[in-house]
Amino acid sequence: MRRALLLLALIIATAAVGRASWPTHEAADDLRVCADPNNLPFSNAAGEGFENRLAKLIAEELGKKLSYVWQAQRRGFIRNTLKADLCDIVMGVPTGYGPVETTAPYYRSRYVFVSRRDRDIDVASLKDARLREFRIGVHLIGDDGMNTPPAHVLAQEGMVENVVGFTIYGDYREPAPPLRLIKAVEDDAIDIAATWGPFAGYEALHSRVPLRIEAIEETSDFAPLRFSFDISMGVRKGDHALRRRLDQIISDKSAEIRAIVESYGVPVDHARNG
Amino acid sequence: MRKLRSRYAYVAVPLTCVASAFIADVNVATPSLAQQQSRSETLTSLYANAANWPMASRDYANTRFSPLDQIRTENVGQLKLAWSFSVGANRGQEAAPLVVDGTLYVVAPYDGPHPNQVFALDAATGELKWSYAPKPTPAAKGVACCDVVSRGLAYDNGKIFLATLDDYMVALDARTGNELWVTKLGDINLGETITMAPLAVKGKVLAGNSGGEMGVRGWVTAVDQASGKIAWRAYSTGPDSDVLIGADFKPHYDWMKGKDLGVQSWPADRWRIGGGTVWGWLAYDPDLNHLYYGTANPGPWNADQRPGDNLWTSTIFARDVDAGAAKWAYQASPHDLWDHDEINENVLVDLDINGETRKVLIHPGRNGYLYVLDRTSGEVLSADTYDTVTVYSGVDLKTGRIKPVESMTPVLDKTIENVCPAPPGAKDWQPTAWSPRTKLLYVPHQHLCANFRTSEVSYIAGTPFVGATVDMYAGPGGHRGEFMAWDPVKRAKVWSLTEKLPVWSGTLATAGDIVFYGTMDRKFKAVDAKTGHVLWQATGPSGFIGQPVTYLGNDGVQYIAILSGVGGWPGVVANAEVDPRVRNGALGFTGATQDLPLYTVGGSTLLVFSLGPSGATNAPASR
Repeated sequence: MRRALLLLALIIATAAVGRASWPTHEAADDLRVCADPNNLPFSNAAGEGFENRLAKLIAEELGKKLSYVWQAQRRGFIRNTLKADLCDIVMGVPTGYGPVETTAPYYRSRYVFVSRRDRDIDVASLKDARLREFRIGVHLIGDDGMNTPPAHVLAQEGMVENVVGFTIYGDYREPAPPLRLIKAVEDDAIDIAATWGPFAGYEALHSRVPLRIEAIEETSDFAPLRFSFDISMGVRKGDHALRRRLDQIISDKSAEIRAIVESYGVPVDHARNG
Repeated sequence: MRKLRSRYAYVAVPLTCVASAFIADVNVATPSLAQQQSRSETLTSLYANAANWPMASRDYANTRFSPLDQIRTENVGQLKLAWSFSVGANRGQEAAPLVVDGTLYVVAPYDGPHPNQVFALDAATGELKWSYAPKPTPAAKGVACCDVVSRGLAYDNGKIFLATLDDYMVALDARTGNELWVTKLGDINLGETITMAPLAVKGKVLAGNSGGEMGVRGWVTAVDQASGKIAWRAYSTGPDSDVLIGADFKPHYDWMKGKDLGVQSWPADRWRIGGGTVWGWLAYDPDLNHLYYGTANPGPWNADQRPGDNLWTSTIFARDVDAGAAKWAYQASPHDLWDHDEINENVLVDLDINGETRKVLIHPGRNGYLYVLDRTSGEVLSADTYDTVTVYSGVDLKTGRIKPVESMTPVLDKTIENVCPAPPGAKDWQPTAWSPRTKLLYVPHQHLCANFRTSEVSYIAGTPFVGATVDMYAGPGGHRGEFMAWDPVKRAKVWSLTEKLPVWSGTLATAGDIVFYGTMDRKFKAVDAKTGHVLWQATGPSGFIGQPVTYLGNDGVQYIAILSGVGGWPGVVANAEVDPRVRNGALGFTGATQDLPLYTVGGSTLLVFSLGPSGATNAPASR
């Protein structure tokens, strides 16, 4: 009995604190999401990306109306959107991503090789000597001293002449600019691409030629570079209450979330050993 | 054309009445705008009139020297604020005001309700004559890197030329602010933006693109002033036909001779996204008919991805201004490892070197070397360090090649410590001034070193997972900025003032033997040009990263003007809510300016000073 009373008191206290800590969210009847209007398979302005669908699910669970603030994801995106209080949530950031408070992960994917199935290229390791004979496409980021992990490894292995860089920002007038890398594989402009799994898996669903996707393996020698990442939603730092509610939804709806992500062809990592 | 024009609308605030009594007092022979146009006055003769400041650097030689001398070492202490004006956007204020025939023109950053708004003000009274606001595409803001600055406008033949951050060149009637034409030069969808001040030359107006962080390909473009049509475009990378390299091209050094080096010095196709943007200063020598400018660093930063010299990035070009044909080139930092682009200004002066008068170009390099080049040939006459340099061991004057220190080469996941100069270089865009009286170059610059790591874990999903591993800090001595006087003949520093923060403002030299500069911690200073003694200082509303200018108002009074408003690369921590605790934010600059919010927040105010208290402007003008 004493235990039950304590529990009740705790529940009341928690509810009260919850209400006090984010009155604006309680008052507002919409969930504001900042997203890129041209970044399939993640999001687009027509709401066709899997992150759009997940945001819709989240909004429904919160009992709120979904609204968007669209902005191209370039440097300053978080600063100019979430931190500027234009929205409450951004989808699809790496777990632990510094500028935001991240939820529990809701999927994990990895870098993969993509090639045309008719080429019968079964390369799965960046150490595979056959790579030297191929024209390999990678995403190049540009500044920040950063590039995709495969791009770094290929450079370390002395493979540069046969590596073709596709800027991740691409030509933003075209739909889903980063997908141009995989379209180059379809067009035989390059033999193989090393890219982030969701790009490859999604494009493989829509490609006019069958594509082969191989998870990049044997990556431990390239540490600290990592080839698989947990993905979370991000809220403003300090917005613990919203983050906790999102964590709960991610936990409650994990099967549904996974089904949505996988329906976009995203190669989902089940193992947790990066 | 019509379609493009409809994207813009001007907000013209007509000058309802000019204080005519005021103008009657004018005792300076400045012809009206109409008179100038009827004589088809050239920019050269416009700046021959000391009253004017008709281009960002005042003259084609980039000297930023004014022959005005009402304000001198003995009376500069009496400088007082005459008037001020808000441009309405609290971001980095890097623009130089222009002054032509008593009217001051100034442009705001790409922020606030009217991005890149242009204002025309009476230069003596501060009265607003008109303003013009472009109507940019809303998506533009998400594309631009860094701070959304503008470095100024251009003027020629009764027109004001505005280059917008979202890549349009706009011509305005200088008298009314009416839009005359709008030409699209680049595409934000490709990561291109424009931040530089255009330069007007021989019936054309020129500007280049910014956005080296976005995998763009650099260019400079000449637009016909009358029609708004693109006259020529010279790319920085790619085949000779795109770089406008032809029979006239005669670089001084053999390693820059050869066919299509803008392709051959890159891995396959990498030149297409290789950077080499043009966002700094253009200079022009009317006698040689040469245009001079420097190109930015190669992209991507990860140099492992681009073995080779990566021509023509970090390169100084001389071009024929009529058709853009390259005359010579000099690459300061082949295969740049450190973001040491070379968009810094080229100051065109004649110097006595070893008993011989040489036409030279002084280039205070981002890489820490102060270059003196023969501007007819591109030969390096001298290259001396003017700040702490640990990543190069010198410049070989026989080959012209800089000598990298091999042990400092970046290796994946290895922290290279004590990289000096840090990525912003010993000096960035902030322009120097040259005084023909003292024969000294006045150099505002930073004094920073960095720990540099080429990579860490990287998740990329078309998203900015910025985890830059650059950590900048004060160089030896503990200060982060310096303002110095340099003698390019003696190849030595004459005097210097240290500042706790990077000196990110431009400077100005006058015939009163005074030089002016501003600091990020809100001081605007007047210094004795010969001795380096601080003669006067004022505290502004926000930190200074602008370009000081001086001119005569229609009242015959000498004014000093500068925009106050901290920002730019080192200042985002104060105006853009970057967490100052994260040392490697803003590409590592946050670490170097963590304490900036203790001194200032952002601002937007044009400050105009004159001698007081008896200055004419302190009395209200009767209307």
